[in-house]
Amino acid sequence: MNAPSPRFGANSLRNGPDARGRFGEFGGRFVAETLMPLILEVEAAYNAAVADPAFQPELDRYLKDYVGRPSPLWFAQRLTDRLGGAKIYFKRDELNHTGAHKINSCMGQILLAKRMGKTRVIAETGAGQHGVATATVCALFGLPCTVYMGAVDVARQAPNVFRMKLLGAEVIPVTSGASTLKDAMNEALRDWVANVRDTFYIIGTVAGPHPYPMMVRDFQSVIGNEAKAQLHEAEGRLPDMCVAAIGGGSNAMGLFHPFLDDPSVRLIGVEAAGHGLDTFQHAASLSRGRPGVLHGNRTYLLQNEDGQIQEAHSISAGLDYPGIGPEHSWLHEIGRVEYEAATDQEALDAFQLCTRTEGIIPALEPAHALAHVAKIAPAMDRDKIIVMNLCGRGDKDIFTVAEALGVKL
Amino acid sequence: MSRIAARFAKLKAEGRGALMPFVEAWDPDHATSLALLKGMPAAGADLIEIGCPFTDPMADGPTIQLAGRRALDAGASMKNTLAMVRDFRADDTDTPIILMGYLNPILSYGVERFCADCAGFGVDGLIIVDLPSEEADLVLPHATANGLDIIRLIAPTTDDARLPLVLNGSSGFVYYVSITGITGTRTASGDELADAIPRIRRFTDLPIAIGFGVRTAAQAAGAVTHADGAVVASALIDIVKADLDSNGGKPKPDTVARVLAQVTALAEGVRGVRSAA
Repeated sequence: MNAPSPRFGANSLRNGPDARGRFGEFGGRFVAETLMPLILEVEAAYNAAVADPAFQPELDRYLKDYVGRPSPLWFAQRLTDRLGGAKIYFKRDELNHTGAHKINSCMGQILLAKRMGKTRVIAETGAGQHGVATATVCALFGLPCTVYMGAVDVARQAPNVFRMKLLGAEVIPVTSGASTLKDAMNEALRDWVANVRDTFYIIGTVAGPHPYPMMVRDFQSVIGNEAKAQLHEAEGRLPDMCVAAIGGGSNAMGLFHPFLDDPSVRLIGVEAAGHGLDTFQHAASLSRGRPGVLHGNRTYLLQNEDGQIQEAHSISAGLDYPGIGPEHSWLHEIGRVEYEAATDQEALDAFQLCTRTEGIIPALEPAHALAHVAKIAPAMDRDKIIVMNLCGRGDKDIFTVAEALGVKL
Repeated sequence: MSRIAARFAKLKAEGRGALMPFVEAWDPDHATSLALLKGMPAAGADLIEIGCPFTDPMADGPTIQLAGRRALDAGASMKNTLAMVRDFRADDTDTPIILMGYLNPILSYGVERFCADCAGFGVDGLIIVDLPSEEADLVLPHATANGLDIIRLIAPTTDDARLPLVLNGSSGFVYYVSITGITGTRTASGDELADAIPRIRRFTDLPIAIGFGVRTAAQAAGAVTHADGAVVASALIDIVKADLDSNGGKPKPDTVARVLAQVTALAEGVRGVRSAA
């Protein structure tokens, strides 16, 4: 619709997307005509909410008093000493209500759904964190909630499935494809096509058709905005590096976006390398994929030579996705963000390192970010500062980790 | 005049609507789908849609999802889907062929080369489900340059304010998605069609075909009472699937004949109605 005026100055990297929902050549609105009017309606409603002086204060109140923001910025002293290099700070988004960053965006989207008069909510989920966060805000606002979840993920994330049900959500296992996150998103989109008039789709990551990548990023940017202010208070300066795990890329986008115009800050996204980047069992869309169109946006995808989408693999259900948010694809191509990868084994090692040195059980998703931090921090000077997004807690993953470590519970 | 325009003009002169059956390329294998394709004109098909298999068909219900999966498992690709059209054209130069699919395999093939090969192999029109008008400039120039019709989907949610945008650049015919939903699920009522089709006609002179939820001869007849054509897909694929399910995953000797018999039954339904147009 109307092009948003540059919010951050003409040369800022933070002005995207353009009026067509594009970040460079990525993004857009590749949906069936049935959904197109609704997508435009969501965009108009979001723009109206942003322009409404009452919207942000209302969201802020929920974030503060219900979610528990701001989340702390923790100097991980023991981990820093152990690695013997750069100072490592954790942005503790695992301390949010429901245990991950996902609720930041769910809270914003449910307020939007209410403004639009929608009476039913759907969501997709991989690890279950987004499903739990969506079920939570639906319980809080009294809206019925249906969550689509790959059948494989239903099995490996049983505690989160039960949480969603306790919260009153209907969880529908999806058995098409590889029965993971990609397939759950297909099924949620099919539900939406059939229920356009009354249903709001709360997407969990910075992907999907415009305006979702922008909207979810905006709601998640609270992470980076807080981290920037908190580090300024603690150290009086910017970090040298920010590191975050990437599946669809919402926690990374939330941390990185407020730092995009600070060229001294290196930004590193860590994809899931699964069994290794040179196997076919990984989820590294940027490292090993190429541009294509899936789930409403043009972005890097794991696909074969015929344009058929390939299944991703990661020990982390939340990273097990063959695509990535379109803004990441753009940041990759312009070189502003560096994209690395960590294997299942490296993530498991980091999971244990974090647990033993800091007394924090991280989710397997941020364990990938930590695995990269553990690789590079030792070679950095001791006066350098890394901020890592500890975007979720690991309670949901203890069964997966036990199995990987050969422990019977 | 394009094959599609010529066919609709001929049917209009005959005073009847079009039956457009759908065949998923390579479902459940190359030979069966090619036999279906080649048999359809004699069975009563006026135009034919060929589904291009895709791993993630977000507007399709379980029937076409599984058909696509079977086709990919059998070795389907965009390249050998186009080869089927070439083989069909060896015997039939009149029946319009429309490819229906999703954007990513086309992007992967290369849009420009895809449109050129479509034209060269005898494809007449494209329906790209996840390419709304807002993104159509990705394909439209190449389709136009190669004489391919771009057939747009119009949904119950496409309001009057939006219709001119959707129709701008569309040619051949327009495809009315008669339900808000995925393929092979619900069926629109006669009242819904009686409201929807005249509304669209106020904005276009192109023929209108109705799809999504047209399963039986009676429903196909109902569709051409209001519009100019009826698309039937899932109901035909269900015949194939039932045979596969009861025959260890293989088609039966008479699977093709029974699908074609159903096409004939649908065609009789369509031909029993004087066109509204």
